[in-house]
Amino acid sequence: MAEPLLRTIGLRKSFGEREVLRGIDLSVAPGERIAILGASGSGKSTFLRCLNFMEIPTAGSVELGGRMLGAERKRRDGGIDRVYAEPELTRVRQRVGMVFQQFNLFPHMTALENVMEGLRTVKGVKAPAARERAMAELARVGLADHAEQYPARLSGGQKQRVAIARALAMDPELLLFDEPTSALDPELVGEVLGVIRSLAEEGRTMLLVTHELGFAYHVATRVIFIADGEIHESGTPDEVLKHPQRERTQAFLARHREFSL
Amino acid sequence: MNYQWNFAAVFEHTDALLHGAVGTLRLFAICLVLGLSLGLVIGLARYARHRLLNWPATAFVEFFRNTPVLVQILWFYFALPMLVPFEISPLMAAALGISLNSAAFSAEIYRGGIQSIEPGQWEASRALGMTGLQAMRRIILPQAIRRMLPALTNRAIEIFKMSTLASAVAYVELLQQGKLIASLNFNPIETYSVIALVFFVFLFPLVRATYALERRLAKGD
Repeated sequence: MAEPLLRTIGLRKSFGEREVLRGIDLSVAPGERIAILGASGSGKSTFLRCLNFMEIPTAGSVELGGRMLGAERKRRDGGIDRVYAEPELTRVRQRVGMVFQQFNLFPHMTALENVMEGLRTVKGVKAPAARERAMAELARVGLADHAEQYPARLSGGQKQRVAIARALAMDPELLLFDEPTSALDPELVGEVLGVIRSLAEEGRTMLLVTHELGFAYHVATRVIFIADGEIHESGTPDEVLKHPQRERTQAFLARHREFSL
Repeated sequence: MNYQWNFAAVFEHTDALLHGAVGTLRLFAICLVLGLSLGLVIGLARYARHRLLNWPATAFVEFFRNTPVLVQILWFYFALPMLVPFEISPLMAAALGISLNSAAFSAEIYRGGIQSIEPGQWEASRALGMTGLQAMRRIILPQAIRRMLPALTNRAIEIFKMSTLASAVAYVELLQQGKLIASLNFNPIETYSVIALVFFVFLFPLVRATYALERRLAKGD
């Protein structure tokens, strides 16, 4: 296996007394597409959000491109915390793109301006070059003719595709999708999944939290099932989705299949 | 009710009224710029998590919200010169009182406006790699200002009207000139009627203009 692009070691996260992640070890090789499944409240979204430090892990560590992030700081009781400096986090976030369940487009900017924003403000790209790049990304998600629309005028599926273009414009080494189709009407899910699949075909590295089991089966190279803040089962899509070994995975999949055709 | 209205005596002093109007506008401009910009700084400081920023800003807001502007102006005019090595002019005292008071009130408007922006907007900004300051400047404030505009307009109107309090330290503005004319001609009825009307003539177009601005900013919603 190639040098991992991303690796987490004993990653933990607590919100107050509640421990949401209880030590997650995961290694992501370049080109891997990992689908993360789990019941709501299992910690799967929190895990994803720890990878671009939308949430700061309580313990454990994250390595990106072979480098461990953050710095050690001794606690008074002798233990060791990792602390993360703001400049390091902004650099990490440029390398790790994220697509949110609720799109989170900037409503005061057009689709084009949304995609240009990171290039202009974060990377300091001049307007003409940023515009050209943003147009190319919008074309890739099939929305070149919607460049001048404000988000309020776009459908949910179109919004999410703009959000994907916005993340792609930053040239991320790794893409995180946090339930990208969960807020969409059923008939709009397909267009977003289609865009994500085309990114998969380009060989992009991605982690995807999703409830779309069929999509995970066809697109992911690996599936992990998270329960109670731990990786409960992990393997190829065939192993986890077709032949789950553990009871909780089986129960989860059974619940998901209950009403499928 | 057979009072003989006589406005002619007021308009004999048009030049004094003009002089007062200039004074009102000058005080308004100073207090609007100082009050609203200082308010932004204090509002951001109140939003900050760091106690060294947050605590003094909160103390400032509470102090100036809970003391009358008139008292503040009188204090700056009469008491402050005892503490500082320079003269305090009526304009300085009035500008200080009104600006600081407006800063306190507008700080709350900014804070509320910023807090009303969905957390997802912060997250999307940070996820692109923006610093907190970049996110605030490019994403949060432009949306928040739009929501705050009606409240900020009210602040501007209040500032304009509060300028009359400067007459307490004999700063030359409309009300001060009105008092002067009324005491010269013994015609307070006509004089104060005219003063009230002049304020309306100034403020009404201002309010209409901000409605137009609100509509223009509403693009994208």
